[in-house]
Amino acid sequence: MSFFEIKDLVAGTEDKTILSGFNLSINKGEVHAIMGPNGTGKSTLANIICGNPKYKITSGKIIFKDKDISTLSVDERAHLGLFLGFQNPVEIEGISVITFLKYAVNAKRKFEGKDKIAAPDFLKMIKVRATALGISDEMLKRPLNVGFSGGEKKRIETLQMAVLEPDFCILDEMDSGLDIDALKVVSDGVNVLAKDKTRAFLLITHYDRLLTLIKPDFVHIMNGGKIVKTGDENLAKELEAKGYQGIING
Amino acid sequence: MEKDKKKSLSKLADTKYKYGFISDIDSEDFPIGLNEDIIRLISKKKAEPSWLLDFRLKAFCHWQKMKEPTWAKVHYPKIDYQSIYYYASPKLKNKNAPKSLDEVDPKLLAIYDKLGVPLKEREALAGVVAVDAVMDSVSVTTTYKAKLEAQGIIFCSFSEAVKNHPDLVKKYLGSVVPYTDNFFAALNSAVFSDGSFVFIPKGVRCPIELSTYFRINAAKTGQFERTLIVADEGAYVSYLEGCTAPQRDENQLHAAVVEIVVLKDAEVKYSTVQNWFPGDEFGKGGIYNFVTKRGLCAGANAKLSWTQVETGSAITWKYPSCVLKGDGSIGEFNSVALTSHYQQADTGTKMIHLGKNTRSTIIAKSIAAGNSSSTYRGLVKMAKTATAGNNFSRCDNLIIGNKSKTYTVPVMESANPSAKIGHEATTSKISDEQLFFCRQRGLSEEEAISLIVNGFCKEVMQKLPMEFAMEATKLIQVSLEGVSIG
Repeated sequence: MSFFEIKDLVAGTEDKTILSGFNLSINKGEVHAIMGPNGTGKSTLANIICGNPKYKITSGKIIFKDKDISTLSVDERAHLGLFLGFQNPVEIEGISVITFLKYAVNAKRKFEGKDKIAAPDFLKMIKVRATALGISDEMLKRPLNVGFSGGEKKRIETLQMAVLEPDFCILDEMDSGLDIDALKVVSDGVNVLAKDKTRAFLLITHYDRLLTLIKPDFVHIMNGGKIVKTGDENLAKELEAKGYQGIING
Repeated sequence: MEKDKKKSLSKLADTKYKYGFISDIDSEDFPIGLNEDIIRLISKKKAEPSWLLDFRLKAFCHWQKMKEPTWAKVHYPKIDYQSIYYYASPKLKNKNAPKSLDEVDPKLLAIYDKLGVPLKEREALAGVVAVDAVMDSVSVTTTYKAKLEAQGIIFCSFSEAVKNHPDLVKKYLGSVVPYTDNFFAALNSAVFSDGSFVFIPKGVRCPIELSTYFRINAAKTGQFERTLIVADEGAYVSYLEGCTAPQRDENQLHAAVVEIVVLKDAEVKYSTVQNWFPGDEFGKGGIYNFVTKRGLCAGANAKLSWTQVETGSAITWKYPSCVLKGDGSIGEFNSVALTSHYQQADTGTKMIHLGKNTRSTIIAKSIAAGNSSSTYRGLVKMAKTATAGNNFSRCDNLIIGNKSKTYTVPVMESANPSAKIGHEATTSKISDEQLFFCRQRGLSEEEAISLIVNGFCKEVMQKLPMEFAMEATKLIQVSLEGVSIG
């Protein structure tokens, strides 16, 4: 079964093509990293995979668990097990973190034909995961992302991932704005989920630092809307030394 | 998810509940239209004392000299006041009623289901069973009645109050909303049908929310409801009006009057959840809800709060207000107005500061979807005597889709230099980013909109008594069904 594959994808906004013949293949249990200069389409890629209606696919396919998901809606793709860790998570006034999590969990259970989760089971589940991520009870009660620091937002993103247990997680610059401690906590969260090799991860990042904490199986360099070089974790180290121009041109 | 709410509403419009025109009338019943004879007849039917008939006639006389106001941002076809029945016997009302729930539109039953309306209440709401029958069969209410009586609390229909407590009614009727106040108040004062009367004696804290009682009873009081609530010194009461389940009524115009008197150190909390029939998808046939609600904080430290969730009616035109006469008195207005399809709402409040050190807070949230129009209209007035008066207002508008409109008309008048008035307003749309985020977490577009709207209304919903808040939240969800961003 094809776990995740992008074939010759040409896509972008109404006015501009951003991905020009993008190809990528990911198997279950693998951790991939995508690095590349700003503006090359890394976030766009993440958004397009998840079905953001802002973007249009001109040609090509996105296959997930043997299904062509390019015509599925955002929530349909989520139900298949797709998760996007946002670069800049939005704020939702008046809805606490814990309330939002309950909605998300119940949406998943509805799709699976289950009843809504019982309150005590839910609270227990959240508490365990929140504690592991250094998230206090007080933060769980605050309105989602309202006034949260970058680090706090990323911890909450990681909590959502830990709670929903998705099959394919795309983490868009998970490390940006994090201090050393927060980075460790978030990376541990990812590694816990990656351990049993039943999932796949796609990490979008600029820095080698994240990749020393979450070991990638493959590192891809993206430029001009497609992958131009693929290697293993050493490629990331080489990138640190030479810079993007050095790698792309050299 | 069922996008058939539109269809269900238009189906309702085609059912036997067609308003206004009734072909064969019992000789017992009234002719159509309004004149002095009809008013005398209403008063006679209710066996009212002469002072009340007098009140009605004076109001009618005054009404005839008044002109219907047209300044609100609402549009409706001219009302012919001579083609309304101002009195209908229960027999007449039940003439076309269904015999059982089986005869009721299944879509309506589905809405009751979604809102969690108990079975017995559904029968009353759909007109299968008379309201009194339901009330009698609910034994819990009988228990409460005894409890209330033991504390000297009077809670009965307005008509009963006129019979059993005429002095109280006479003392306070028209003291907060005189019949000269406005066109619809004058009309109401002339032809009011029935309503609630509440009196809480000195120092008594009413032990129950006075709603459980009248949740369905509102259906019986008809188009010109008259309510009078008096809280004596140091008393407390929380009153809930309305019903989350959509209520049909033969009568299109609803012009109620609610007067509240709060004496020294007393507190009244008045909560409303309104979901009258909003009309079909073209806005035809809905109810016009033109209400005058006002409270007088007569004594020092008196406190009055109005909390409303308005999702129904074709047109909502109301400004629950507070007159802050007593020194240190406090007024609060919390509102969520949700309009969709072709609904129109022009609603808000008036806070009139007269005494010293008075305080008022206004939190108004409007949500406009479909082709609807929602206006917040507020008046904050600091009289010359309102030393150290303080007001804070916050109006937030949320627009869903690209055809609806919201307006904010805040008016601030101050004649006292030590008074402070603050106003904040925001207008926003549900952002694409928020929608995408929610959907990426597995929520459908409808669930996402519902979630974001709930968060938007949270501040106001928190002011409702819990049970009511849960119902109101569900109501907003049901009202948003079929609403989309595009």
